Amino acid sequence: MTMARYMMSVFGPAERTEFGVYGSREEMLQSFADTGAFNDELKRNGHFVFADGLAEVSTATTVDGRGERPVFTDGPYLESKEYIGGFWIIEASDLDEALALAAAGSKACRGVVEVRPFHTPDDIEALRKS
Amino acid sequence: MTEPVDEAIARVYREEWARVVAGLARRFGDLDIAEEAAAEAFATAVERWPADGIPPQPGGWLTTTATRRAIDRIRRESQRSAKYQAAMMLYDDTPPEPVGPVDDDRLRLIFTCCHPALAMEARVALTLRLLGGLTVAEIARAFLVQETTMARRITRAKGKITAAHIPYRVPSDADIHERLAGVLAVVFLVFNEGYLASAGDDPLRVDLTDEAIRLGRLLRALVPDDGEVAGLLALMLLTDARRRARVSRSGELVTLDEQDRGAWNRDLIAEGHALVYERIAAVAAGGESPGRYQLLAAINAVHTNAPSARDTDWSQIVALYDRLVALDPSPIVRLNRAVALAEVDGPAVGLAEVDRLAPALESYHALHAVRADLLRRLGRSAESAEAYVRAIELAGNPAERVYLARRRDQLGG
Repeated sequence: MTMARYMMSVFGPAERTEFGVYGSREEMLQSFADTGAFNDELKRNGHFVFADGLAEVSTATTVDGRGERPVFTDGPYLESKEYIGGFWIIEASDLDEALALAAAGSKACRGVVEVRPFHTPDDIEALRKS
Repeated sequence: MTEPVDEAIARVYREEWARVVAGLARRFGDLDIAEEAAAEAFATAVERWPADGIPPQPGGWLTTTATRRAIDRIRRESQRSAKYQAAMMLYDDTPPEPVGPVDDDRLRLIFTCCHPALAMEARVALTLRLLGGLTVAEIARAFLVQETTMARRITRAKGKITAAHIPYRVPSDADIHERLAGVLAVVFLVFNEGYLASAGDDPLRVDLTDEAIRLGRLLRALVPDDGEVAGLLALMLLTDARRRARVSRSGELVTLDEQDRGAWNRDLIAEGHALVYERIAAVAAGGESPGRYQLLAAINAVHTNAPSARDTDWSQIVALYDRLVALDPSPIVRLNRAVALAEVDGPAVGLAEVDRLAPALESYHALHAVRADLLRRLGRSAESAEAYVRAIELAGNPAERVYLARRRDQLGG
């Protein structure tokens, strides 16, 4: 059975304290440790494709290259109170497996996780031929 | 006397639809293909069987015909790669003979349709279409939405199952309890939707309570050892048994204490009671303690056991509500307990409990209806009238409004 790929995005508040999205230094360090352990387990079990945390949302730049000349805007694309703080790309055999991993990841990083499947090669093929 | 062909076909449809769809879903791993192929096979049956006669194994005939259609469709869809086509043909071609209830394809299909990753309304729509065999038009009508809306809802749900790779399988032992609770919630929602609707408005509106009971019976056959499955079926049977007595000829709600118990369906009551007693015995023998559906069923059984309202064993009911509140201390459950409490300890005690719940249930019509009744029994007519007015304002069901208006008028004074 081929593995399916999912993106697990972690959402958190735009406003970060000196401890990032955490309430205290202890909480932050504990979360880093838990997340590290979670990532190790993903690797051991063949689920890990990629994972990393993003710098604060104010460091983003939005680029629109659709017109004659590219337009650069300081800040993220969406106006929101909450943003993606980081993400995993994982492989899992089905959604049940992905959701179980997302639940563990959510607990480890103390954030709410959105799980979204990637297009499969067949989806792309179908779009191409339609 | 042989059965007329169109009746026979309708019966076969009811009996075989879910099995055919579920078998195809497992075989091809695609609900869209399964649904379409099954529908085409039944359409062919409608064309051919009047002339050719009903085949001796109608389910087998339908599955064979549908399988051929499905393969045709997969081949026709040129946008699928050859590799994908081959994969679909072989998704799972193990023989359909179920080894036991847990291998029944319909059980896998139910769990798929009721997956927690799908919104509740999507789960309900998928379950009614793929297991209930209701048409999209019938489901739309039953839930008072446009047919296009319902069609879109079902298409999106099937799309999500495919795109997100929701698996076709019975959940693992670790997950099955929680997942089963999700399935029961869908069935109960369908039942309540039917129970509260006034089917008389639209004679073409399918009876959702009947559908829910059918689904409940299917679950009972597939998962005979589960207490909550038995409990939900018992609850639905005992509630539905009183259907004819619930609304008067003039369209007014008739409460339990005023119902003509001779109009209750004794067969459904017997079936419900048997399930309740079975569960009581199982729990007594060391089985898992009863969940909410078993407790609600038992409460109903106390009512349906009483030859008249006067004979109702209210202490039993309070004891059962005590256990239900322990499981689920929500205000509505506690309100229902307060009604029973008033029967045992008098309206003043009941009212005290209801008043504690009032802030949480301010916009719930039943709270005001209960308060009105208790105030009336305490001789506080003016306050009772006010409460009836508030209840009528908030009540959504016309039969109930008529009933509340009559009670308010009876206060006189």
